[in-house]
Amino acid sequence: MKIALFITCLADAMFPQVGQATVTLLTRLGHEVVFPADQTCCGQMHVNTGYQKQALPMVQSFARVFEPYDAIVAPSGSCVGSVRHQHELIATRFGTPGLVDDVQAVAEKTYELSELLVDVLGLTDVGAYYPHRVTYHPTCHSLRMLRVGDKPQQLLRNVESLELIELPDADQCCGFGGTFAIKNVDTSTAMLADKMRRVLDTQAEVCTAGDSSCLMHIGGGLSRIRAATKTVHLAQILASTRDHPAQLADSRVGHAEVVS
Amino acid sequence: MSAPTAPRPVVSTTPRPVMLGMPALPPTSPRGVGNLRGDESFPAFARHSLQDAQLRRNLGNATQTIRGKREQVVAEVDDWQELREAGRQLKVHTMAQLETYLPQLEAAVTAQGGVVHWARDATEANQIAIDLIQAKGVDEVVKVKSMATAEIGLNEALEAAGIAAVETDLAELIVQLGHDKPSHILVPAIHRNRSEIREIFLREMEGVDPELTDEPAALAGAARRHLRRKFLSAKVAISGANFAIAETGTLAVVESEGNGRMCLTLPETLITIMGIEKLVPRWSDLEVFLQLLPRSSTGERMNPYTSMWTGVTPGDGPQEFHLILLDNGRTAVLADGEGRDALNCIRCSACLNVCPVYERAGGHAYGSVYPGPIGAILSPMLTGIEDNASLPYASSLCGACYDVCPVKINIPEILVHLRASHTETYAAEHRRPSVEATAMKAVAWVMSNPTRWKLALRSGRIGRILGRQRGMIGEVPLPLAKQWTDARDIPQPPQQTFRDWWAKEHKES
Repeated sequence: MKIALFITCLADAMFPQVGQATVTLLTRLGHEVVFPADQTCCGQMHVNTGYQKQALPMVQSFARVFEPYDAIVAPSGSCVGSVRHQHELIATRFGTPGLVDDVQAVAEKTYELSELLVDVLGLTDVGAYYPHRVTYHPTCHSLRMLRVGDKPQQLLRNVESLELIELPDADQCCGFGGTFAIKNVDTSTAMLADKMRRVLDTQAEVCTAGDSSCLMHIGGGLSRIRAATKTVHLAQILASTRDHPAQLADSRVGHAEVVS
Repeated sequence: MSAPTAPRPVVSTTPRPVMLGMPALPPTSPRGVGNLRGDESFPAFARHSLQDAQLRRNLGNATQTIRGKREQVVAEVDDWQELREAGRQLKVHTMAQLETYLPQLEAAVTAQGGVVHWARDATEANQIAIDLIQAKGVDEVVKVKSMATAEIGLNEALEAAGIAAVETDLAELIVQLGHDKPSHILVPAIHRNRSEIREIFLREMEGVDPELTDEPAALAGAARRHLRRKFLSAKVAISGANFAIAETGTLAVVESEGNGRMCLTLPETLITIMGIEKLVPRWSDLEVFLQLLPRSSTGERMNPYTSMWTGVTPGDGPQEFHLILLDNGRTAVLADGEGRDALNCIRCSACLNVCPVYERAGGHAYGSVYPGPIGAILSPMLTGIEDNASLPYASSLCGACYDVCPVKINIPEILVHLRASHTETYAAEHRRPSVEATAMKAVAWVMSNPTRWKLALRSGRIGRILGRQRGMIGEVPLPLAKQWTDARDIPQPPQQTFRDWWAKEHKES
């Protein structure tokens, strides 16, 4: 199957390893991955911050760039949520009836990674190997906007040597919320503190999720308090195999080579 | 059926131009009266309240307990989702037909011996109540717990008119005696602990036993003795209403303690102040709401007391009944096509109990009697967005509120809508765009075009020089980034963006 990758602006700029893992995984499963180079951003930040009209060019661009493909995958529940639930609103308010049809058509074939694997490709065992103690944080938009349910856990349970530890109060938001983390920094941090406490209580080596943004938030907090638990995107775990196991240190938030 | 009336005499056949006036938005709740506006923005207030360990503990315990109870009793109901949908549809239908059902209610109440008053706003409603109470020649009234009267600041208005209003709901009484403000729709004193309550009672309650302990039973006993005296002497009671049935003119109050029923039955005169959205068309509609409300609210299958009354009944209960129908910005909410579902709220407070923002910041941070997710959408629409501009942003848009709402109000969607209303109103009223708007416009300009985005990604990598030894940008000296880096590290941008990696891979292969 030919699958177009929507990398998301955040992963493009900050977490290329998540995109690389998605490509590695889908290629290993026998699919052709293409990366339409004209893609930019879904526009969610603008919509959620109150700048709907400014999101219109991004919504138009998304529909135009991804229209030719049969399936589009993004390693983000939140960005897929925006494509599915917000693009139509923006097209209706500021676009043309033609654009409304276009965004609907593209939204129908845009999937979050676990949805693509389980619902479209019919897989729960992707042949991955990840010898670590892992806890899974279901991000709010995966859980309540996309309703991915336990698809990510189904995939994780079939990863060889992975020990999956249930996260208490897993459905509680980590406090990221896009510009919420800036505008309401104190409340956001209070939410983060409670999420980190739950994560650390599991004594997991790795906290995983389907969204780089939430992981950046949780990982940024864990890093600040010098906790050992690392945040790793679901795609990176599923891309890891016995032959090419992911190195934990490589996937740590903030771990990049220092330019001095 | 009566015979058709004779046609009216024709006055003039010449068509004359008619001035219908310019279309105008209905008025919002007026400033300077009532409790819909706070003194500080949400983030500013939350900054203080987050430091209150007692508050955090109380809220955490209480919301978790109610959340658990709610989940359990909701799971028992096989057709819960159908019930929610029925509740939603009934409310949507009623809000679209208020011009039919409100006069129907008025006619039914009047036919049963009640008197209906119409109040455009808080000021009018308060004045009607004051006039009615003064006509009875009393200076003290007992009150049933009511959100509408808290919204319009009735107690304050009565006090200014020399009338003492005695709250009879235990938690409201604690708030009132503590000269405090409620912080939860259902549990107004959620922010107080037992020993604080004991101190308030000792300080404020007439004739209280000085040996009073902070045992819950002892505190409830003290409140009971205090309130009994008030019930037996009060000539006038004031209530809100959970529901009003248009076809019968019946009012309904649901409660846990029975103090409401004492107020609704003992005094000679009953004054009910009710938001115009509390209406349901038929008696049978209560079947839906009386299942949805207690399970969502207290996590009970059925609330202990459901009191209903229809006008006056000679020799039984209050012999004079006044119903004050309150707008106070509700018509303005109704005029907002994207936001009007907020009026469907039945005040269960399930959204408060699941909200991670409410649980940590507490109810006072919202500055309005309506806290939590529902308050974050309802208050700004009742007052006009500019008076509660920070509230629509007081949410991480996690969506937990929408999942539990018994009438399926899509609160996250309305929050996003109100954020747009806010920025668009600001832009229309100011010649200079806000700093944020300028930044968002610039980002949108970059992100709307792949070439510009690619360029920005390259130049963005300049951020790497800020990297510290552990590979994190610890504290970036940028004003906006500081909000982030105060509490979290941010990863250093990678050497290579994804698209650069892809381009390189595919060039070589």
